Amino acid sequence: MIATIENKKIIPARLEGEFQTLLGKTFASEPDWLKKARQQAFSAFLEQGVPSRRHEEYKYTDVRKVFAGNFSCIHNEAHTFTPDLGKLSIDRDSIKLIFVNGWLYKESTLDAPLPEGVVIGSMANEGLLVRNDLLRNYLGRSLDKNNDPFVLLNTALWFDGAFIYLPAGSRPERTIEIIHICTGGTELLASPRHLIIAEEGAEARIIEHSVSAELEKKVIINSVAEVFVHENARLNYYKIQNENRNAFHLHTTSAVQKRDSHFDTNTVTLGCDWVRNNLNISLEGENCDTHLNGLFIAADNQHTDNHTRVYHGQPHCQSNQLYKGILGERSTGVFNGKIYVERDAQKTNAYQSSKNILLSDDATINTKPELEIYADDVKCSHGSSTGKIDEDALFYLRSRGLGEESARKLLLQAFAADVLDTIRIDSLKNYLEALVTQKLSF
Amino acid sequence: MLKIKNLQAGIPGREILKGISLEVKPGEVHAIMGPNGSGKSTLSSVLAGREDYEVTGGEVLFNGKDLLDMSPEDRAREGLFLAFQYPVEIPGVSNINFLKTAINEIRAYKGLPPIEAKEFLRMVKEKQALVEMTGNLANRSVNEGFSGGEKKRNEIFQMAMLEPTLAIMDETDSGLDIDALRIVANGVNKLRSKDRSFIVITHYQRLLNYIVPDFVHILYDGRIVKSGDKKLALELEEKGYDWIKKEAVGSV
Repeated sequence: MIATIENKKIIPARLEGEFQTLLGKTFASEPDWLKKARQQAFSAFLEQGVPSRRHEEYKYTDVRKVFAGNFSCIHNEAHTFTPDLGKLSIDRDSIKLIFVNGWLYKESTLDAPLPEGVVIGSMANEGLLVRNDLLRNYLGRSLDKNNDPFVLLNTALWFDGAFIYLPAGSRPERTIEIIHICTGGTELLASPRHLIIAEEGAEARIIEHSVSAELEKKVIINSVAEVFVHENARLNYYKIQNENRNAFHLHTTSAVQKRDSHFDTNTVTLGCDWVRNNLNISLEGENCDTHLNGLFIAADNQHTDNHTRVYHGQPHCQSNQLYKGILGERSTGVFNGKIYVERDAQKTNAYQSSKNILLSDDATINTKPELEIYADDVKCSHGSSTGKIDEDALFYLRSRGLGEESARKLLLQAFAADVLDTIRIDSLKNYLEALVTQKLSF
Repeated sequence: MLKIKNLQAGIPGREILKGISLEVKPGEVHAIMGPNGSGKSTLSSVLAGREDYEVTGGEVLFNGKDLLDMSPEDRAREGLFLAFQYPVEIPGVSNINFLKTAINEIRAYKGLPPIEAKEFLRMVKEKQALVEMTGNLANRSVNEGFSGGEKKRNEIFQMAMLEPTLAIMDETDSGLDIDALRIVANGVNKLRSKDRSFIVITHYQRLLNYIVPDFVHILYDGRIVKSGDKKLALELEEKGYDWIKKEAVGSV
């Protein structure tokens, strides 16, 4: 009986009707190629439906629970909330792109002087209207091999998101901050879509900061960021998830790197009820350097799932992964890291490390490294450790006069520091250190 | 200062300390010697509050208060310090930050405001010199990658920073070469005062050439079987632990 239910295809009730409505209204004025892409993606999603736990990629993460509600994917810019930008922003001097429930917030501060040719704006405006040549060239191009149902769903449903174009050799001095705010009193599915293009030799630092404010009903954020790092370009991309417990966040970053490029990511998950992150990086040129760092802290019955996939398609590339998790109470975590090395990708260095601390007997973590290596002259390694807090260290600190609480905190901060130390933006690092300290008080 | 009365303790199913009594007065240095397995480290662990050990009898008063009833941190805040036999490496926690937190928590316990940054730095500089530590060592993670000698010097440095009234040194000399031993002993000697007492636990008489004790106690099979002054240590050095073992067996 259970098997029959599990096998049944699940399509959220209002989805099909709403998609047709969107095609007739919101998407009506879009170019044909885009409408076609949306329809194809939607059909492909319908074929799969919301995956059950029998789906290998969703084995430890119950995504049907998330999509069980009566949410709507039709919503507009309207909201009653007035963002306090000073409070929500991490870097005071950053160039800010602010989105509310997936829509660009009208008062985003974009008055910053930018290097010539640089575009920092929104998908609906700069992407669709100003530079639709770029949009058409790039949209979906990082996703060829990816048929994840939620990426398909995002491709069908997105309204807006960040559109960042860095022409060859450009280097905006200031950090670019994408702030996504969830708010409101209705159940909804928001589908922000970001496109980041760094041409040859371009450099930038980007923070994507997801928060919630006055969020009273359940919201599913199904976001996708496509990132193109061309020859010799350097991008730092930091993703911070800190929404309240009404938020369910599915996110995919899909990046393509060309020769001699450098891509640095850090995924820090401190909030939300439920999180699933896919980070897929495709190394398509020689001598690429890529770093995947992550930190997640969960308590109560929060769930955090990080899936990474690094595809080594060319020789002399280096990938380095470090993910750390601190799980308290009944929370659950997943780390699944896949490294794929093509036959021609000789002299690959690929490392992966997943370290976790469980603060209670009821917390669980599932870690799964997957290495597929077809080249014979490579250095690849993976390591995973899960343990409790070091009792000897705890006693040592207490014997010096530190209270149990502050000794515990100090040890956990030190555990998290490895990941936070990789962040190259001081304001962000300080912000996260303070936030982590606050989150560790459970 | 410290009164141990008929202390019995062990791990579940095995009694290790079988009734120890000892009184330490302000300014005194007591050496506790004994063969391996006699209960020396158990005694220091029980006094510092390690939870692996279970106290089955007796009592310990520290400045009139029931020591065994206190948490490890409260014992430290009351002025007890344990120099570990095996100091723990704690990656990511800086020596200096940790000491500052420790000092401030001890001060808060005593109702004092946090230490001023300037005063703290002055103290660090002064106390480092005591154990010939370089600035670099103090800024590193607690004991991480330290040599054996550096770890023990760091223990004495912490002791100097926290200014305890009773310091227990658990085999601080074990495994040290003569130069490191001299540095550690010099540090301790400079910290001796009429208000500060020491319990020096050691396996070897060598340390007591540098830190001259007022009293020497010999621990064997969980009991203090002999007490005397510093001459007892020399006698032990000459005759070896077999002498004690035979006497102890003979007296049963």
